[in-house]
Amino acid sequence: GFRVGQGLIERFTKDTSRFKDELDIMKFICKDFWTTVFKKQIDNLRTNHQGIYVLQDNKFRLLTQMSAGKQYLEHAPKYLAFTCGLIRGGLSNLGIKSIVTAEVSTMPACKFQVMIQKM
Amino acid sequence: ELFVLTYGALVAQLCKDYEKDEDVNNCLDRMGYGIGIRLIEDFLARSAVKKCRSYSETADMIAQVAFKMYLGVTPRVRCSSAAGNEFSLILDKNPLVDFVEELPAERASLCYCNLLCGVIRGALEMVHLAAEVTFLQDKLKGDAVTEIGIVFLKNTED
Repeated sequence: GFRVGQGLIERFTKDTSRFKDELDIMKFICKDFWTTVFKKQIDNLRTNHQGIYVLQDNKFRLLTQMSAGKQYLEHAPKYLAFTCGLIRGGLSNLGIKSIVTAEVSTMPACKFQVMIQKM
Repeated sequence: ELFVLTYGALVAQLCKDYEKDEDVNNCLDRMGYGIGIRLIEDFLARSAVKKCRSYSETADMIAQVAFKMYLGVTPRVRCSSAAGNEFSLILDKNPLVDFVEELPAERASLCYCNLLCGVIRGALEMVHLAAEVTFLQDKLKGDAVTEIGIVFLKNTED
C-alpha cells in the first residue's frame, strides 16, 4: 500500500500548488485523494493540532460488501492494512513521516489514525 | 491508476516472496482463478447477456464485453484451430502494463499479467466450460504482440 500510495500521490499532485501546511495536506488526503481513490470524501477529520489526525469514513468502500454491523469484524483489519499503507505512502512523498493505524467498531464505518513523526 | 499500481505492487511482492518465475506465474494464476469464479457473477449480472451457443460466441463475449467492462479494452479474436475450440485474444493495448517499461533481466520468464489467465479460466469454469488459458505471446518479453490463448476442453457437463 505504501508503494502504491507514493505512486498515486505523485500523479495526483503533479499540477497542484504547494501545500500551505500539514493541515492543508491532511485536508487534501481527506478530500481530493480519498475521492479519487474511493469515490467519496472522508466524512470527518479530527485533530489535536499536535500531530494526531483521525479520519473517519462512515461507509468505507472496501468494507461495504462485507457486512453492515458486527459480522466479520475480526477480519476487517486485513482489509484495512493496504489503505493504511496508501495513506502513509502518500504522506511520505509529500514529506511527512507518519504511523497510520485503522480501527473498526461497526462495519462499514472505520477510522484511520495518522500520527505524524517529527523527523 | 489505483488498480494498475496495485497490480504492480502485487507482482513485485510476489517476486520478493518467490525466487522462481514459475512460482510467481502459478500464484498469479491461482489468484486470478479465485477472482474469476466470483467475477463471472458480477459480469452476468451487469451485462445481462444471453447464454453463448458456441465457443466462438464465448470468445467474442470475453473479448468484446468482458474485457471492455473490466479493463476498458477490446482484444481482437482469432480462431486458431480447424476444430473450432482454440482461440487467441490479441491485445494491442493492455492497461495492466501502463507503468511497466520492461521485465528485469532476472525475471525473463515472468508472465506479468498471468492473473488474467486465471480469471478467464475461473469464470469459464463457473459456466461449465473447461479451458486452458495461457499467454502465447507477450510484448513485455519482446514479442510483437500480447496474445492470450484459450483452448476449450471437453465440456464438463457431458
